[in-house]
Order: sequence, then structure tokens, then C-alpha cells
Amino acid sequence: MTTPASPATAPRPRDVYFFATCVVDQFFPHAGLDAITLLEREGIRVHFPEEQTCCGQPAYTSGFADEARKVAAHQLALFPEDWPVVVPSGSCAGMIKHHYPTLFAADPVRKAAAERLSARVYELTQFLTEVLDFKPQDCGSNCTVVLHTSCSARREMGVHLTGKQLLAGLKNVHIAQQDHESECCGFGGTFAVKQPEISSAMVEDKVKSLKATGAERVVSADCGCLMNILGHAAWKDQQEGRKTPSLPGEHIASFLLRRTGGKAAGQENGQ
Amino acid sequence: MSQSHEHTLHFRPADGFRERAGEVVANPFLRQSFRGAMDFLMQKRAAQFPNPEELESLRSLGEQIRQYNLAKLPTLLEQLEANLTRNGIQVHWAETPEEANAIILGICHKHSAKLMVKGKSMVSEEIELNHAAEAAGIEALESDMGEYIVQLAHEKPSHIIMPAIHKTKEQIAKLFAENIPGVAYTDNVDALIQIGRQVLREKFEAADIGLSGVNFAVAETGTLCLVENEGNGRMCTTAPPVHIAITGIEKIVEKLEHVPPLYSLLTRSATGQNISTYFNMISGPRKPGEKDGPQEVHLVLLDNGRSQAYADEQLRKTLQCIRCGACMNHCPVYARIGGHAYGTTYPGPIGKIISPHLLGLEATAGLTTASSLCGACGEVCPVKIPIPELLIRLREESFSEPQANPVMRGQGAGHSPLISAIWRAWATVYASPALYRGVSWLGSRLRWLVPRRQGGWTRVRTPLQPAPKRLRDLLQDRN
Repeated sequence: MTTPASPATAPRPRDVYFFATCVVDQFFPHAGLDAITLLEREGIRVHFPEEQTCCGQPAYTSGFADEARKVAAHQLALFPEDWPVVVPSGSCAGMIKHHYPTLFAADPVRKAAAERLSARVYELTQFLTEVLDFKPQDCGSNCTVVLHTSCSARREMGVHLTGKQLLAGLKNVHIAQQDHESECCGFGGTFAVKQPEISSAMVEDKVKSLKATGAERVVSADCGCLMNILGHAAWKDQQEGRKTPSLPGEHIASFLLRRTGGKAAGQENGQ
Repeated sequence: MSQSHEHTLHFRPADGFRERAGEVVANPFLRQSFRGAMDFLMQKRAAQFPNPEELESLRSLGEQIRQYNLAKLPTLLEQLEANLTRNGIQVHWAETPEEANAIILGICHKHSAKLMVKGKSMVSEEIELNHAAEAAGIEALESDMGEYIVQLAHEKPSHIIMPAIHKTKEQIAKLFAENIPGVAYTDNVDALIQIGRQVLREKFEAADIGLSGVNFAVAETGTLCLVENEGNGRMCTTAPPVHIAITGIEKIVEKLEHVPPLYSLLTRSATGQNISTYFNMISGPRKPGEKDGPQEVHLVLLDNGRSQAYADEQLRKTLQCIRCGACMNHCPVYARIGGHAYGTTYPGPIGKIISPHLLGLEATAGLTTASSLCGACGEVCPVKIPIPELLIRLREESFSEPQANPVMRGQGAGHSPLISAIWRAWATVYASPALYRGVSWLGSRLRWLVPRRQGGWTRVRTPLQPAPKRLRDLLQDRN
């Protein structure tokens, strides 16, 4: 169990919205569930607007701003109360926080709404550390993990330290250091499909450097990166005839929940 | 990497970018060599900026100086021309590469020039001056060591600051032994440099024309500033009787005081040097009574698509660039494919955002997709060009339907009715909770039907497959 959080600088909210992201909803649902459990265990009521779909980023970064706007406009209306919106992904949080106001720059009504929303969007690890002052109490045995931080979390949200801070709070967990830590894993949404040769080279190098640390698992606060990294690690295992995953991985929420005595919904090794 | 000797006058980066990139990533030797070189440059830069706050304030200053000067560009260009003319420097305007070449060759003909020595100039690469000179019977010799190597190999620069970064010392040793009469094979780097310098020294003495680029053109004083490390720039601009400088119209600053911060950002970001070995300030030809210096100095100001970028508030930021190359050094894509794969004069992230203005989107639409938008380029850019944001904008311009009054040449070149229809359908589903619920439910139920081969994704990854239950299902089960 965790120690009672010390009063954080901002008043501790009782309610938060949870924006799961389409990737978590459809591909990594356990990560979403574990993030919600983690928040609830901190005494917070988590509201999951049923009508949520996707932040619109895939279309936006592919150059289809109108389509992104259409999807984004729909999400804008889902968070009427002035509660924080917690997103278990730096990438999707970055889209809402930093790109919604630009996306609606020519639409005075939605621009104002986007700015109001932007101000209360948090990436999960950021929310846990900065708002809840979450201090995890480690109940697990010794283990070594390696953390991959998404480029959006690092460069757009500037929250590359919060994930590390949470892991560092787990006394029996050693954080391994990979080479080229800040380098992109090669996902980049449609980039992985449009430039498969380059994207493949990037994920190959990323998985090599993660494995070279000898860590027993990789954790990340972004399921897009996990989908890419674990997808390649699993493919490599298949190619080389391994039955057990050489690089298991999961969302940081699942890892944190399990280490702190919670029952994680499940480890997800991609497919 | 292209080892070919072909001299294409028109870049066609759209053709074969993926193939070229694919060839490089499949070559472990090249992969390792690029990675090593880029790691070295990244470390050199990082060592120059130990204090993140100082770096941030210097970058902000750099950005502001560039934006200030771009905002006044039309006036500054007039002021620059007036002051250069007053200083005795002849100013020429070129809208296209062809015009720029015609101006330069015209000056050469007037002086019956046979030999031109060149300092490093990416704009001269942009207009492919060497080929134009060769066709006109003039020998154009590169005097920057990297450019000289690339020229000997009949290649193009693969990096804007380190043109021969793709070559090993063994390759250079072989190149020298095979191409320079009387030179025996040696892979001693100092010896190689001495050989190169010896060849070039004779050429500086014999040259009729010296050509150079410009790093900063100062409007209020009419001064051309040139940053270099080898002294060849000073030789090119002082030894031959005629000096021709060429630059893009955006390289202008109003005041001399704008130069030091940009200069400091440039050398520290580019090569991790506190300052370059040489800094030349050229403010006119030899004056009566002076014993040295060129008798004529010319400046060619090239547009070549820059005014197109200038006309749009967002795209204008492209022109803030001071050509340090830090974006390529930090780019995970460039580090894997090297500069030649891009097929453009300017490779890497800056190449992806400037080339569409120089060459049109028809030839460059594919390049805009060659980025994971990781943001490393924008993070290190010394003048804070929002490169990822500009890439998204260029994707939009490329993939949208062709419009009547486009902001840029080639707008709509990447448009595909099918892809657009897919995104429209996607938006319809994701903007409708009911449709999304239905489609995602079907996905989770029919997950075993997903294809085993999913285009580029399954090249090195297991297929994507929806989870048996969505998060919303798990939440419902729980309650």
C-alpha cells in the first residue's frame, strides 16, 4: 500500500476524467484498467466518458487536419466538469494539450474550449507525481527494468522525469540505462507503415539497446511505443524460435500497481 | 549510397527515396559508420552547452534575431544592396538556379576565366554550379577538404557541414592514390590533409575566380561574413583577382550586433566548436594603394523558392535556418540512412522542410513522410525552427486536394483519392460514439480474422490484433 500522499502544491482533486486513448481501449485495455485502479486506490473517483474515441492524432500527423478536427471536436465536449483529464499516454496527452488549441485556431468557440481543456490535461505519470505526490511502497522482490519514454512525453509534454521518478521510488527495482535512451523507437504512427525500412531499422536498434541492458522487462507510459517495441521483440523471438519472450513489457501503470501490492489486470506482451 | 558518376541536373528525390534508404539500412557497415559519426557530433555539441538555461536563452535570442530580420527582409535587402554597392561590391539578383549560373558564368567569361576555386557553399551545390561551369569549359575546383573529397569521388555532399562524412579514411586514401598523380596510398589522416593542401595551394595561385558562400550578410554595413575552419575560404576570397559570393536571400541580418549570437550558436551547434578557426568579414574589393585582395567582388542573391516560403507566416520559419546541421546530427532517420538517400542538396530534417520550396512538392512529397515526428530536430535547432510542425503542414499541403491558388508549388502532388477517402471514413467512425462502439466491438470479436501480413508493419513485427475485450468492456465487467 502507498503512504498517504503529502499535500501537493495543487489541491488534491476528488474526481478526474480518464481519457483512455483508442490504442489502450482496443489493444492494451489492461493498462487502462490498471491506471484506473491505481488512481482509485488513491481515493480518486475516476470518470470514464463512454463516448470517448480517439484524440485525432493519427490524422493530424498524417496531414489530414480536417479529419483530425472532426474527431477532436467530438472529444472536446466530453469533459464538462472542471476536473483534471488524465491520459495514460504522453503522445495523446500532448495532442490534446498542445495541438488542440492550434487545430481550432480559426474556430473561436472551440478554440476557447480547447484552451480550457488543455490547461487540465495530464499525462498519467505526471499526474501521479505532480498532482498526487504519489510515493509508491515497493512490495516486490529485486528486479531490473528499463524505461522507455516516448518522444511526445519527453519533448512535447516535458514529463520524461516523472516516470523515472516513480520507478526510482520502488526500493527493490533497479532502473537499467539503455544507450541512446532519448532516441525514438521508430513508431511515429503512419510513419511505421509509410517508411517501413527506416522505421524497422529504428525499432531493431531500440530493442537491441533495451535487451543489452539485461533488464527483465521494459516499461513505458506510452502504448504506441510498446506496440512497436514489443511487436518487434515478439517477431524476433518467433524468428529465432524462442517460446518465452526475450523482452517482456508492460505499461508503467500495470508495473506500478503490481509492485505496490495491487492486482494488475495482466501483463501485456503485445500480441 | 550513390557511388555513381552520373551528373543529374534535376534532383528527383521522389523517385527511389525508399529504395535508397532501404539499401543503406540493409548495410551494417554504413549503419555503424553513420551512427558513430552522429554520436560523436552530438557529444561535441552537448559539451558546448553544459548549462540548459544558457542554451535556452541563447536559442530564444537566436530565434528572435532571425525572426526580426526576416520580418524586415524586403527593406533589409534594399539596404544591403545599397551598402554593398557603396563598398564597391556588385550585387546580382537571381530568381532561379539557371539565372544564378548565368550570372556567375557571365562574370567568368568577362574575365576569360579558366579556373574557379570554390570555398564551401551549399547554395552553389543547390544551383549545381560545378556542372554548369564544366559545361562552359571552366574548371570549378572545391577547396574545402570534404568538398574536395566528394568532388574527386564524383559524388554530392552527404551533410551540409561535413560533406564527406560518409567516407572512411581508407576510402579517401584510395581515392587520393587513384586520382592525384604521384600520390602513394596512405591512410594517415595528417598526410592525407597535407596532400590535399598541396594540390589546392597551387590552384589558389592559378585561379581566375574565387567563389564562396556567405553565412551572414550585414545590411547596415554592407559586410559579408564567412565562417570556416580550413583557411580555404580566406584563400578563395582574397587570392584570385575576382571573388564571387553566392547566398540565399534569407541569410541577411540588419546589424553587426546580430552576428555574434548567431555565430556562437552556429559553431557550437554544428561542430561543437566554441568558435571557428576563421571568421572572414568581407566589405569590398582591393582599394587603391592596397597590395592584396580581389579587384572585383560580386554577390549573387538567390531566391529559388525562398520567397514562396516567405509569403506564408508559418512556412517562413523555414528561412530562420543558419545551416548548422545539428538537426541532421540528432535525427534518428538521418543517422540511419545518411545524406545521399534524400536525393536533395539539403538532407535531413532541414532538407525535408526547405526542399519542397526549392524543388516543388511533386518531387519531395515522399520526403515529408520520412519522419516519426520525434522532435529531436526541433529540440536542438539553435533558432527554434518548429521542424515537426512544419513537416505536418507540408504533409497537409501535399496530401490535400489540389487547390486553385496554392501557397506552394506542387500543392496536392501527393493527393490520393483513396487515402483521402480512408481518412474521411476514419473520421466518420471516430467522430461518432455509436459507430466507434460498433466498429471496435466487431474488432475485438473478429480479432482472429486480422491479416497475418499488415503492410510495412509486419516486416519486422508481429501482426496487430485487438484485445479480446476493450477497456470499456473490462470496466463494465468490473461494475
